[in-house]
Amino acid sequence: MSLTISLDINGQPLSVPIDDPRTTLLDLLRERLGLTGAKKGCDRGQCGACTVLVDGRRINSCLALALTLDGAQITTIEGLAEGDRLHPVQAAFIAHDGFQCGFCTPGQIMSAVGLIAEARAGADPERVRELMSGNICRCGAYKGITEAVLEAQGVLADTHQEVAA
Amino acid sequence: MNRFDYVRPASIAEAFAAFQPASHYLAAGTNLVDLMKGGAARPKRLIDITRIPGLDRIEWLADGSVRIGALVRNSDLAYDERFQKSFPSVAEALLSGASPQLRNAATVGGNLMQRTRCPYFYDVASACNRRLPRSGCDAIGGENRLHAILGWSDECIATHPSDLCVPLVALDAVVEVEGPKGARELPLDELHLLPHAAPLRETALTPGELIVAVRLPAQAAAVARHARYLKVRERTSFAFAVVSVAAGLELADGKIRTARIAMGGVAAKPWRSREAEAALVGSPPTAEAFARAAEIALAEAKPSGDNAFKIELARRLVVRALSSALEGTPQAMPALPGSPIASVSGAIHAV
Ligand SMILES: Cc1cc2nc3c(=O)[nH]c(=O)nc-3n(C[C@H](O)[C@H](O)[C@H](O)COP(=O)(O)OP(=O)(O)OC[C@H]3O[C@@H](n4cnc5c(N)ncnc54)[C@H](O)[C@@H]3O)c2cc1C
Ligand code: SF4
Ligand code: FES
Ligand code: FES
Repeated sequence: MSLTISLDINGQPLSVPIDDPRTTLLDLLRERLGLTGAKKGCDRGQCGACTVLVDGRRINSCLALALTLDGAQITTIEGLAEGDRLHPVQAAFIAHDGFQCGFCTPGQIMSAVGLIAEARAGADPERVRELMSGNICRCGAYKGITEAVLEAQGVLADTHQEVAA
Repeated sequence: MNRFDYVRPASIAEAFAAFQPASHYLAAGTNLVDLMKGGAARPKRLIDITRIPGLDRIEWLADGSVRIGALVRNSDLAYDERFQKSFPSVAEALLSGASPQLRNAATVGGNLMQRTRCPYFYDVASACNRRLPRSGCDAIGGENRLHAILGWSDECIATHPSDLCVPLVALDAVVEVEGPKGARELPLDELHLLPHAAPLRETALTPGELIVAVRLPAQAAAVARHARYLKVRERTSFAFAVVSVAAGLELADGKIRTARIAMGGVAAKPWRSREAEAALVGSPPTAEAFARAAEIALAEAKPSGDNAFKIELARRLVVRALSSALEGTPQAMPALPGSPIASVSGAIHAV
């Protein structure tokens, strides 16, 4: 049995035949579409390394069966930068040393993009830490991650104001 | 993971038509897919209910009660302004659970129906009556410091892991169910079954029955100004409850008019203590009254293994949750929802 689903991945409309219903979104991205930015840490929803945006919301791609996402719009870490211009969250992670080995970083960055869009943290570092708690970093880069999220949030707010003005 | 058929019904009627033995309904899959990866669940057919229209709404009914569709996502319910104001302990419980990513996906129906986190249930090499009837229970005599202290049996000592269910049961939530043979409703308190008969039945649902909504009566909002959900975890965040407590108070003339107390992480169901509530009604909200309520709530508790500490922990958390509720519901959701340790910054509702 093979079902074909349509997905918009990083702005690219795709028609993807799924011949095995067990395929998760994470495996589809990594094994079939060559998008290896999202990482497989635990494969069980516990680490956040596989975080991507589905219809603008951050989720764990390791627990989402690809078939269930027919018609969805997916954003992965590969879809953030505009050419050579880094997304403000990516730039802030570099500026604040928000990583060491880098394995958790694509998930951290996608989670941060989701957090900023949700707009629940304000400028409170405690709320940022709590709302980033779905992303584990074995290198313990949490201090830089929190700073990066706070800074990127400010940069994005400023850009929005400029666009509105 | 085993192979399975995947079907995606466009209506409830189609979902029932697709249901066969060994079918499982699939909502977001954050619990079911996890269990399938380890082989603890092996469905022959997955029926994806997420495209059934009409089940993803929060509706306020004329009598002030609220009807929450089974497909409402955990985060959408928790952040709904009117809902958070009316039922703050439910929002706090939701936000103390799992992670933002999981809450964005997880549905209300799936949260109610999630299975135990007993590690032997997950491990297919272990004996587990809940996974394989009459195979035994490796948790008894095994690693069981987080297992049940109330309502357990020699069949099974597992707990139900949901945070959401704890305030819901304290607030008289009703579950609306539809099945191939018709619609019915039951109190949430009757949804999860204690492990008293072999073979174990986990819930009161019969094969093919689907939860379509959960309702909270208007009266449940009477405790909105004095409501907390506190959850002891083994790390600050993103962990299941060791023990949790939902507490709510309605005060009048310096006395308690209504009390709501339920505990999580202590039994195979969210555990409401109506006896402890009754003991508080009519009494002034004093430390002594709260201590007495906690004694009553845990009067029947027994360790099921290396977990006697949970009894004292639960007693203290009942007192702590009642005391926090008495201080007043925080006006903004605490930065660390459910934390019994972090202080709440910002205003609380005036008494
Ligand atoms: C790492 C991790 C940490 C977590 N931490 C917490 C926590 O701290 N607190 C907490 O409360 N939860 C926690 N969870 C559990 C999470 O809340 C559940 O996985 C989630 O709520 C399940 O919802 P779902 O929509 O994904 O359900 P699914 O996984 O799709 O379904 C779960 C079960 O419910 C059944 N089902 C689903 N919908 C219906 C329906 N409408 N009617 C009848 N049956 C139905 C399915 O058949 C299945 O058996 C955690 C999960 C993970 C993976
Ligand atoms: S406690 Fe229950 S779920 Fe855990 S191994 Fe025993 S029977 Fe299975
Ligand atoms: S790989 Fe998905 S959460 Fe760890
Ligand atoms: S940077 Fe190494 S795991 Fe986070």
